[in-house]
Amino acid sequence: MMRENKTVRFVQYVVLAVIALLFLLPLLWMLFSSIDTHAIQAIQLPKQPTLANFMAILTDSNIMRSFGIGLLVSGFQAIFVVLISVLAAYPLSRYPLPWKKPFLLSILFLTSLPMTAVIVPVYQMFLYLKFQNSLIATTVFMISTSLPYGIWMMKNFMDSVPHELEEAAWIDGSTVWEGVRKVVLPLMLPGIFTIGIFTFTGSWGNFFVPFILITSPEKLPASVTIFQFFGNNGLVNYGQLAAFSVLYTLPVVILYTFAQRYMSQGFSFGGAVK
Amino acid sequence: MDASNVIKNKPHKTQQQKTERRLSVWLMLPSMILLLIFFLTPMILTVVFSLTNLSLTGEAASSLHFIGFQNYLQMFKDPALATSIWNTIVFVLFSAVIGQCFFGFLIAFMMRGKNKTFRRIIGLIIIAAWVTPEVVVGFCWVAFLGDNGTLNMLAHNLLGMKPVAWLYTFPMVSIIIANVWRGTAFSMMVFQTALDDIPQEVEEAAVMDGATRWQLVTRITIPMVKGTIATNIMLVTLQTLGVFSLIYTMTGGGPENATSTLPVFMYKQAFVSYQLGYGTAISLVLLLIGALASLLYMKILKVKI
Repeated sequence: MMRENKTVRFVQYVVLAVIALLFLLPLLWMLFSSIDTHAIQAIQLPKQPTLANFMAILTDSNIMRSFGIGLLVSGFQAIFVVLISVLAAYPLSRYPLPWKKPFLLSILFLTSLPMTAVIVPVYQMFLYLKFQNSLIATTVFMISTSLPYGIWMMKNFMDSVPHELEEAAWIDGSTVWEGVRKVVLPLMLPGIFTIGIFTFTGSWGNFFVPFILITSPEKLPASVTIFQFFGNNGLVNYGQLAAFSVLYTLPVVILYTFAQRYMSQGFSFGGAVK
Repeated sequence: MDASNVIKNKPHKTQQQKTERRLSVWLMLPSMILLLIFFLTPMILTVVFSLTNLSLTGEAASSLHFIGFQNYLQMFKDPALATSIWNTIVFVLFSAVIGQCFFGFLIAFMMRGKNKTFRRIIGLIIIAAWVTPEVVVGFCWVAFLGDNGTLNMLAHNLLGMKPVAWLYTFPMVSIIIANVWRGTAFSMMVFQTALDDIPQEVEEAAVMDGATRWQLVTRITIPMVKGTIATNIMLVTLQTLGVFSLIYTMTGGGPENATSTLPVFMYKQAFVSYQLGYGTAISLVLLLIGALASLLYMKILKVKI
């Protein structure tokens, strides 16, 4: 790093601290209000910190069901995206296929399209096929929308597993499937976790798709039921809304902390060939 | 591999290629089917439905027929469409291209060579905003900018200002700030990686040659991460084009159409006014803009496969 004079350094520290404070303030509201039964719209220090808001959320069976549904939908989505992507990525990574290039280019193209845009025809398809209000069909649709990204990433992760390692396993008498299971998959575990976690968190935060495709309240995931605090009478229970938000954000925070450990571990298995 | 070997292996090779291709088809079948049903079909239907009188209620709901380009004629005559396109441009330009990219770069740049613990704490706070689900981000910002929210309380207590209905008076600025808050972490992380890759010697050499700080940044640092800046701009543009939940939570597209971007406008036409055909025509505009940005992105990246 180049030499910097002390004033410049000091100013940079101050500016960064101010930026961080501005980033923290809206989040602090959520944390403070969640332990305050008298929470208001503005941020305030709770006079009597209590877990009453959390208890109210955790004992509400409707809310807990929506959390369960969210976990199921996002969990299945993550698992299936990983499974289907691994299947598709293997030939794309290992075999010289004539249609590989156009396929991969289309996949990359699809990853970037705004999925918000196809919801109207999908809704119409769901109406026509009587899929509306079906959690399974909604999950399958969400799996499909994550596939381009999943296949693309998975292929790249698989490319970085040296082919020689697999060949060595074949020489030792392994079948293709055993080679994949014992050599390729363990080596790309960080990649698999990264894709799984990104898919899960994306799905967990997805409000739009279930909001449009699911109609009965008892089938809605947590990303939609969070709106229930904006009561019919215009009164908002800010404390409970904040507690719900904290609980709803928690799984994502946990997963990202986990993912960071995996991602920082890096993909440095190039050493295995040397 | 020498020539005799190739000839010797030839029949075997094609046999192997055949097996490989057959296996590939089977392995890729699940993804092909899903992409076909839930990705390609809706995209084709977007074109088809946009040419019909498709609607959720009323007479048109039972008698679906082609009406040609009427939806498009209606769309281009609708002043709300022009507003929505303009809103989308303003929202993407200021929140993604200028806001997230600029602040992301600024933070990443200033973080270099700072105390490790300090870097970690600042990074964690900014990433926390990125990790938070979009709807929750919306609520946090409503609480911050609301009539009785934190900003008004601070302005009143510190400056004695009268409360301002921020979300109503400055709706576009409000959603832009919220989206910058949410998305900056991504650009920050991208730029951190890019800046770490600049060899120290290059900057040291420039300093030795008597470059000022400003020259160092504009002539050395920025040109060296030029590619990353372009890639990042495209990525955040594509991410921001589809933003719906944040805007829906904060302003619902209002007041009037002040914050109705294309996704919000599409939602309102299709699911609030029940004009599905018209909503689809709007989706197509959004898809085309996305496709254009996507192709541009692939061109900039010069993807090699």
